[in-house]
Amino acid sequence: MKWFAGAQSVLDPAGPQAGRIHGLFEVFLWVAIIVWVLTVGAMLIAFWKKHGGERHDDTTKRVVTACGVITVAVLLALLVASAVTGSAFATVPSNNVMNIEIRGHQWWWEVHYPDYIPHERVTTANEIHIPVGRPVRFKLTSDDVIHSFWAPNLSGKLDLFPNRVNEAWFEADRPGMWRGQCAEFCGLQHANMAFWVIAEPPDKFNEWIENQRKPGVMPSTPDQAHGQEVFLNGPCVVCHTIRGTNALASVGPDLTHLASRHTIAAGTLALDRGNLAGWVTDAQRIKPGNRMPPVNVPSKDLEPLLAYLESLK
Amino acid sequence: MTPTQEAVERGTVDLSALDRSWAPPQGLLGWFRQVNHQNIGKRYIVTAFIFFILGGIEALLMRLQLAQPQNRLLNPDLYNQIFTTHGSTMMFLFAVPVMEGMGVYLVPMMVGTRNVAFPRLNAFGYYMYLFGGLFLYAGVFLHIGPDAGWFAYTPLSGPLYDPGKRTDFWAQMITFTEMSALVVAVELIVTIMKMRAPGMSLNRIPMFVWAMFIQSFMVMFAMPAVMACSGMLLFDRSVGTHFFNPAEGGDPMLWQHIFWFFGHPEVYIIFVPALGMISHIVETFSRRPILGYTALVLSQIATGFIGFGLWVHHMFATGLPQLGESFFTAASMMIAIPTGVQIFCWIATIWTGRPTLKIPLLYIAGFIAIFVIGGLSGVMIASVPLDLQVHDTFFIVAHFHYVLIGGAVVPLLGGIYFWFPKMTGRMMNDAVGTLSFWLTFIGFNITFFPMHILGLHGMPRRVYTYLPQTGWGDLNLLATCGAFILAIGFIVFVLNALSASQNGPAAGSNPWGSSNIEWSTPSPPPHYNFANIPVIRGREPMWTDPEPPVVTGLDDSRREVLVTNTLDAEPEHRYILPGPTIWPFLLAVTTTIGFIGTVFQMWWGVWGAALSFIPLVGWFWPRERPRPDLLESGCGSGGIE
Amino acid sequence: MKHVAAGLCVCAALLLVTGCKREQRQLRAEPAERATFAAAPESPIVPGGKVPVKVEVRNPYEGDAYAIAEGEKLFSSYNCGTCHAAHGGGGMGPPLTSKNLTYGSEPENIFDTIQKGRPKGMPAWGGRLPEYQIWQLVAYVRSLSGQEPMSATPGRSDDIEYKTKAQLK
Repeated sequence: MKWFAGAQSVLDPAGPQAGRIHGLFEVFLWVAIIVWVLTVGAMLIAFWKKHGGERHDDTTKRVVTACGVITVAVLLALLVASAVTGSAFATVPSNNVMNIEIRGHQWWWEVHYPDYIPHERVTTANEIHIPVGRPVRFKLTSDDVIHSFWAPNLSGKLDLFPNRVNEAWFEADRPGMWRGQCAEFCGLQHANMAFWVIAEPPDKFNEWIENQRKPGVMPSTPDQAHGQEVFLNGPCVVCHTIRGTNALASVGPDLTHLASRHTIAAGTLALDRGNLAGWVTDAQRIKPGNRMPPVNVPSKDLEPLLAYLESLK
Repeated sequence: MTPTQEAVERGTVDLSALDRSWAPPQGLLGWFRQVNHQNIGKRYIVTAFIFFILGGIEALLMRLQLAQPQNRLLNPDLYNQIFTTHGSTMMFLFAVPVMEGMGVYLVPMMVGTRNVAFPRLNAFGYYMYLFGGLFLYAGVFLHIGPDAGWFAYTPLSGPLYDPGKRTDFWAQMITFTEMSALVVAVELIVTIMKMRAPGMSLNRIPMFVWAMFIQSFMVMFAMPAVMACSGMLLFDRSVGTHFFNPAEGGDPMLWQHIFWFFGHPEVYIIFVPALGMISHIVETFSRRPILGYTALVLSQIATGFIGFGLWVHHMFATGLPQLGESFFTAASMMIAIPTGVQIFCWIATIWTGRPTLKIPLLYIAGFIAIFVIGGLSGVMIASVPLDLQVHDTFFIVAHFHYVLIGGAVVPLLGGIYFWFPKMTGRMMNDAVGTLSFWLTFIGFNITFFPMHILGLHGMPRRVYTYLPQTGWGDLNLLATCGAFILAIGFIVFVLNALSASQNGPAAGSNPWGSSNIEWSTPSPPPHYNFANIPVIRGREPMWTDPEPPVVTGLDDSRREVLVTNTLDAEPEHRYILPGPTIWPFLLAVTTTIGFIGTVFQMWWGVWGAALSFIPLVGWFWPRERPRPDLLESGCGSGGIE
Repeated sequence: MKHVAAGLCVCAALLLVTGCKREQRQLRAEPAERATFAAAPESPIVPGGKVPVKVEVRNPYEGDAYAIAEGEKLFSSYNCGTCHAAHGGGGMGPPLTSKNLTYGSEPENIFDTIQKGRPKGMPAWGGRLPEYQIWQLVAYVRSLSGQEPMSATPGRSDDIEYKTKAQLK
């Protein structure tokens, strides 16, 4: 997984939505800097200038009034700028929009790509693949408490409520990976409830979604077969789904294509065998309070289990 | 010759009788019976600063935890309790009570009377506040510290996601402290409306009194909202109501609306008294009358009104309709106008005056430099699109610390430095004062300025840790270092105050050459504040009218005060205030029993009410009959609150 | 001033006293172990003359509000409500709101029931669920019949749905 500075930053917009806000931010920032310098400058001069002489309170009052009027004018201008940006921001493009449904859980993200045809629907977790240059509309809801969906490089945040569906949209104008994070305090692991947005050229995206539609890969080596057995006969199956097997529970993330993801534990750990082993055996040390129980896998079963999980491309 | 000496000589005042009738009772039992506003006000201030220190320790713990990525100093459970307790302490147990305390102490003196309008209620309010604070901290030490944030959003604070009694403790603490805030608001409003010295018409009221007047009205309208919603939350959790339960038609959004309908004015409830203090400090050290008195008063009133019209800007990310949000954007930006006008007035006052940069004024300079940044970042987050990016990030943490520390705590420290000689009769040390100011100022900016950048780089609030790859580590470490400098600054201030209160050089009655009548009485003031109530004939009586005529004819042998009318403060009648009594304390105890009991069993509401009946009977037991001679002259109003 | 100091000392001392007793949420339970007790007797009546020594088994989560709430979430996550109805009112499976459960209502009995399963439908969850989760479920099930202290159980649950008679038809 490639991390780089600005993978989760307001200041490095990667799409029109975040770009609009960034433009507005620069306007506000410059106004703020100028106003601050003027105010504090006036204050410093007020202290250091030569005092005494005759006082002209009426003139001073006129100056104060003028400053007040200028304040009103500047605020009005900012208000108009904000309203214009806000209106553009809220307008969802009408054609060629892709829909994604996000369901927040304590403390991970369930991602659905809806489709009219049932077996074309895709469910994944904590990683959102989107095609570059195509607007994506998100339907956001929550399974438990309030969360907030926020990928700063792409757009502002929107809350996920348990009793309603909120809609947001954004678009990526270049390929790349950006990190997002829950922004509404949601309990013990609020800090580690992240996700990745992966923008790809349309053909690569189609390739990805085609793969996601397939059921889980069948084990191809005896080791993996043993691992699958461990998975299906152990505690894993109580919470997780691997399509194409008997594992059909929806308490935890769908693992059908686990190995095609870059991270586990809601964007917290890179997906490699060491992290996977640590997560499976003692997730509570990594994210205390999360829903994944420590799993007591005998060492002879652990390696095959990991091999199986890593084969789920 | 001072007016007091003159009055004694003329025989219009019997000082020993005054002293006898107003002296607070002594001894341990006496401590619980005191009702003088000076004692209660000082208690509020001292207690609030103790809670401030506790909240500060929590802040330092959080900063230590965040000093490096994936730090394991605090586990998430403890971290959540600490940040919730920090927020709740600073808002409910420090900021509001300390301002109330300054008001209780200063307002009667500034308006020229001897006590607040309802002294026993005042004492009751203090005990409620104290018990509420102790109750919350008892919970914290028992690991029942609240952990759903000081805003306690449902359903996270609901019964399923926050089991046990943690949130119940938090919600009941709100009931305690809001009760105390309401009590203070009521008595300050009545004191200001009805007990001003003769001649102190509306346009001669000192700025701090105006500020407390406006703040008290805000308290009256905002606090019931939070008491209602914390009460509803308690009911949801204990008796199965469904106010906030989405499955049964309740709505988590309802909580946010009611909470922020209180929560936003709360900011101004803290901030407005500070504005009043600033005006006095600026006026005194610019050595000229404040410029734009009317504009300042109107600005504060405007702040009080607009403050109630912008709560939704805390909820821009909840997905409300755009048109509605625009209204609140406009309102949120509008509130910058009165604040701007006030800052312009102060700068103009300094500009046209002959400023001496004494330490209180230094604090005001620090206030302007810090607060303007907070105000401008406030304008940024008033804009819906910008707020959608920075909402619930460290940018907001930076913003509101700039506004609340910069806008309220820094002027408060300046104000305490300013009124310290009046309260204790001693001066604080200027060298140490300068040191503590600069430590505070520099430490504050090192702590909180980097948080703006952290927020823009995507760091959300209320996280107990972050990954090393995020690149947030360096700025967080810097902020932690700043927090310790800031803490040292506060400690130096407190030590300065403690040592000055014992061995500081004696202050005269008016060490700063200030303009208002609280400086006409000796420092520290006698229990009765003024030997003779002065008559007010100008806005800066100490400057323009140092030897005013005085009120005579009040009975010195009992606690008699003068009641004047609201507009022009013309004398109306005399009024006898109640003396020391134990009943407010006992009533606070029985109310506390009821409140704490209801956290576990709703029937305790009934038992508590029944128990409270006893002290209430004592409280209202008729004790003073109007004297026949007063009845004849038509002045015999009773002495019951 | 002295009195103020004395009062403060008393308050501080009170706070310290409360600090002695701590009630912490255990976020990181130990990995599951085999059950440590043999089959618990469901009834005091035993065949034959030899009365087996009763092993005292204590639910580590007795009276623990956090564990009860966790148990409640597990109860719905693991679809226990499919048979026992949401909140244990009973449906295909027996109601859990009774103090006299078929196979005993002591913590160890409920533990056994969950872990080993029971005839006519109750599946065995042993090996699937870690032991601490079973104990959390036990605590929750016992709270349904009011056998957990009131200070630890909420007045209602967040997702309860009351139905009127008309709605049930």
